[in-house]
Amino acid sequence: MLDLAIIGGGPAGITAGLYASRGGLKNVVMFENSLPGGQITASSEIENYPGISTVVSGLDFMQNWLPQAQKFGLEYEVKEIDRVAKNGDIFTICTSDNDCIEAKAVIIATGSIPKKAGFKGEEEFFGRGVSICATCDGFFYRNKEVAIIGGGDTALEEAHFLSGFCKKVYLIHRSDSFKVAPSTIQRVVNDEKIEILYNSIVSEALGDNMGLTALRVKNKDGGERILEVPGVFVFVGRDVNNKVLFSPESGKPLCAINDRGEIVVNLRMKTDIPGLFAAGDCRSEPSRQVVCAAGDGATAAISAIEYITNLR
Amino acid sequence: MGKYIELTSSNFEATIGSGVCMVDFWAPWCGPCRMVAPVVEELAVDYEGKAKICKVNTDEEQDLSVKFGIRSIPTILFFKDGKVVDQMVGAAAKQTFAQKLNALLA
Repeated sequence: MLDLAIIGGGPAGITAGLYASRGGLKNVVMFENSLPGGQITASSEIENYPGISTVVSGLDFMQNWLPQAQKFGLEYEVKEIDRVAKNGDIFTICTSDNDCIEAKAVIIATGSIPKKAGFKGEEEFFGRGVSICATCDGFFYRNKEVAIIGGGDTALEEAHFLSGFCKKVYLIHRSDSFKVAPSTIQRVVNDEKIEILYNSIVSEALGDNMGLTALRVKNKDGGERILEVPGVFVFVGRDVNNKVLFSPESGKPLCAINDRGEIVVNLRMKTDIPGLFAAGDCRSEPSRQVVCAAGDGATAAISAIEYITNLR
Repeated sequence: MGKYIELTSSNFEATIGSGVCMVDFWAPWCGPCRMVAPVVEELAVDYEGKAKICKVNTDEEQDLSVKFGIRSIPTILFFKDGKVVDQMVGAAAKQTFAQKLNALLA
C-alpha cells in the first residue's frame, strides 16, 4: 500500500511530492498522464516567481522540479487516474483501464482545463486555426494576423508574446477594462501591433477545408466586423478538473465541492474527508499562481504526514 | 527493435504511399509534443512490421506542415495507402493511438 498518492503533476503535485518524500513518507507516488509541470509549461514566459529574476519560458522553468522531488524518493507514474474512492481508512485509486492501487492518504492536485469561448465553429476548427497554446502554435502564424479571445493574465501575456513575430494581434475582450497587473496592461496597450476590441465577442468562425480564414466579431452596440485571420487563440479562463472525485455509481463527489466545482479545503488543505487533501487550482478559492500552487502542495504534504503519523 | 521513421520532403511520399502510417507533426518547443514523444517510440516497437510510425519536425519541414494544413501541434495524421483517413490534435494516451491504428489494420 502507498503512504501517499498524489493525483496530478503540476507545481502543486510535484511540491507535495517533494515535501512528503523528504518529510519521511515511504511509497509516495505522483500520477500524471500528461507532461509533468502543469499548465505553466504552455506559457511563453514567467517573471513573477520569487527568486527567479530572469524571464524564462514555462517549460524551462518547470524542468528541474520533478528531478528535484525524485531525488528525495518521489515516484512518478504516467497513468491517467479515473477515480478515487475510500473504504474505511483505505483509499483506492483506479486508472482508466481499471488498474487499482491502495493508499493511506491522497492529495488531489489535478488543476484545471481550458474553457471554451462558445462560438460557432470552435470545435470544427480546433487544431486548424483555433488554438489554446501560443507557445506551441504561434510559430505557424509568423508574419500573419491573429486574434486572441480573453482579457485575463494569460490572454494579455500571450498577446504580447505573439505580437513579437506576428504581423498584427487583435485582442477581443468582452468587457471594457482588464482586471490584471497594471504593468501587463500597459505593455499591451502601448504595443502598436496589438489592436484591442473592447466589449466584443466572437460569434462565428469562418473557414474552408484547409481551416480557419476569418472570425465574425460582434460588439455590445450591435456592430459587426469580420477579421480575416487564419488563427485564433482562446484564453477565456479554466474549469476545475475534479472528475476523479465522482463515483460512476452514485454520480456524487467523494468530498465537498463548491458551485464552481472547486474542492472545498481549509487552510491546512484538508477536505471534509479525513486523509483527503487538495492543492493548487483545483481547491476552493485558488489564486491560480505557480507560487501559490507550490505553497498549497507543501501545506497539503505536511498535513498528510501529520494524518498518516496519527494513523499508526 | 522498431524505431520510428523521421520523415522529410524527400522520403515522405515513398513512405506513406502504401500501408498504414501514423505521422506525428511536432516541434521541440511544444510541451504537449514532448509528452507524445515516448508514446510514439513505444508504438514504433509495438507495430513493427504492421504499421509505419513516423515523425515530422515542423520546424525543419515547413513545406510538409503547409501541405497538410498543420496549425496546431502535436497533430497526428493517419494514412492508409497514401490518403489521410483520420486525424487527432493534441496529446493523448497510448491506447487512443493504438485503437485508431488497430481499426485501420483490421
